[in-house]
Amino acid sequence: MEEQEYILLKGNEAIAHAAIRCGCDGFFGYPITPQSEIIETLALEKPWETTGMVVLQAESELASINMVYGGGATGKRVMTSSSSPGVALMQEGITYMAGAEIPGLIVNVQRGGPGLGTIQPSQSDYIQATRGGGNGDYNTIVLAPATVQEMADFVDLSFELAFKYRTPVMMLSDGVIGQMMEKVKLPPFKARLTRDEIEEKYPWAATGKRKPGQSPRIFTSLDLDPQVMEDHNKDLQQKYSTIKENEVRYEQKYCDDADYVVVAFGSAARISTKAIETLREEGLKVGLFRPITLWPFPEKELLELSQHVKGFICIEINAGQMVDDIRLAIKCSKPVVQYGRMGGMVPTPEEIAEVIKQNAR
Amino acid sequence: MTKEELIQSENLVYKKPRLLNDTTMHYCPGCSHSLVHKLVAEIIEEMNIEGDTIGICPVGCAVFAYRYIDIDWLEAAHGRAPALASAVKRMWPDHLVFTYQGDGDLACIGTGETIHALNRGENITVIFINNAIYGMTGGQMAPTTLMGMKTSTCPYGRQADLHGYPLQITDIAATLPGTCYVTRQSVHTVANISKAKKAIRKAFENSMNHKGASFVEIVSTCSAGWKMTPDKANQWMEENMFKNYPLGDLKNE
Repeated sequence: MEEQEYILLKGNEAIAHAAIRCGCDGFFGYPITPQSEIIETLALEKPWETTGMVVLQAESELASINMVYGGGATGKRVMTSSSSPGVALMQEGITYMAGAEIPGLIVNVQRGGPGLGTIQPSQSDYIQATRGGGNGDYNTIVLAPATVQEMADFVDLSFELAFKYRTPVMMLSDGVIGQMMEKVKLPPFKARLTRDEIEEKYPWAATGKRKPGQSPRIFTSLDLDPQVMEDHNKDLQQKYSTIKENEVRYEQKYCDDADYVVVAFGSAARISTKAIETLREEGLKVGLFRPITLWPFPEKELLELSQHVKGFICIEINAGQMVDDIRLAIKCSKPVVQYGRMGGMVPTPEEIAEVIKQNAR
Repeated sequence: MTKEELIQSENLVYKKPRLLNDTTMHYCPGCSHSLVHKLVAEIIEEMNIEGDTIGICPVGCAVFAYRYIDIDWLEAAHGRAPALASAVKRMWPDHLVFTYQGDGDLACIGTGETIHALNRGENITVIFINNAIYGMTGGQMAPTTLMGMKTSTCPYGRQADLHGYPLQITDIAATLPGTCYVTRQSVHTVANISKAKKAIRKAFENSMNHKGASFVEIVSTCSAGWKMTPDKANQWMEENMFKNYPLGDLKNE
């Protein structure tokens, strides 16, 4: 395997390059700031001439997500990307994918809201992303990258999880990580699967019913018999339990001796890290707990941590969304304060350090 | 002559297509859907491409088409079938990929997806069942409801000032550079069934040969929604629907 070198890329560009390299079969998207570099990079790279990956600018986010529904049902690795207002439009397709058990990747490079809001960064789609977002009882796996490297690495990981569980997976990023440049080592090239390989690996996929006597593959989220539909819902919930059991991901820094722990994800986590490192130099025992999967949320790990600390400080770039999950996880056993900025304002490390100092006493 | 002697392939004048599942359809008596389903099943069988065919169902009366034709199917959200089909065809470029949609699905909630998929020249076939009414939800106004026609949401008849005009989506489709074949057919007589079959076959062949998007409208009856006997519905269609939706090819390249 070739050894990759570090290169300098924007987070959005890293996603595009990682997609081409991880055997992605199709990208379907609609331009929206601050993530348009993803489709622009793909258009420049012309992967249809090299790996055969399809890149299509759709007429809307609704069409994009429904193309992902169609492509995912064929057993192919397909994805879309957008930003908050566009992802709101995609909720229809995401719930249909969850219901029909179709794998696929949705990247949300979040911006501030509500409504058209702003083109500046935000983390205010946390609740939408972690509660399903569309109609019905379902969840999507949500991964929150905090570096450009993770923007690249989580593309393949998302597809692996999406196909393992036949479910849509969301990468919940934001305008900070999407737009900033950082060194990144791109993943090695992986071949796209052939029809034979797909039929072997994913017998559920719509490839055409070419074997005599074979049952047709039917993708639907509909049944008019409530008992059948309840059974289907129970199966989905069982799958979500398995995901909760097996797929929790998180990172801890400086937590071993910490009196207070900052809980933050994505860009808020990296800004908090800077603040924590400054405070550590001043002798304050503060740690960082960074959920990498926002759903499933690292509940057990936070509960365990809560037994050794005096309190938590939740830093997120929104009005206070993940904070509820922290309180639920630790069963309100320790104080949890929340600090956030909104409307596209991003907190500085100094600002966060001040908040930590005020509360970590 | 005994029954056994009579049952010989050379004596066979009619049979159910093999791909049409042996099950009870939910369609009402006199509905055009079941006839069009039969044609689709027959053509796929005759072209011998069931192993390379993927159909996309709409939301509407044909929502359960996947129960009736024995191929791989995707059930789309309301109106989004052409978006699904665009992706499926691009994932399997050598497959037959077709959508099967009604007027509300195709010409109302999914107008954007329809026009853009056609205009991109996606190598798909769109089968459009136009009965000028929402059948599944119980007879509401459709984008193609005729002027003056009564439905449960225009109970005094469609009026321009209240409801606007019937959308000529098929005429629009014919103006798009991405379409290679746009035709309007019906299945109310044996002769028309035969013509409709030829049209669908041509559309499927275009899709397999990457000639662009093909669009086949079937002007249809909805005897339940129109509150008529099947026979009266056919007559009403000839007298009223065909004036607004005349049969024939609009584009054939």
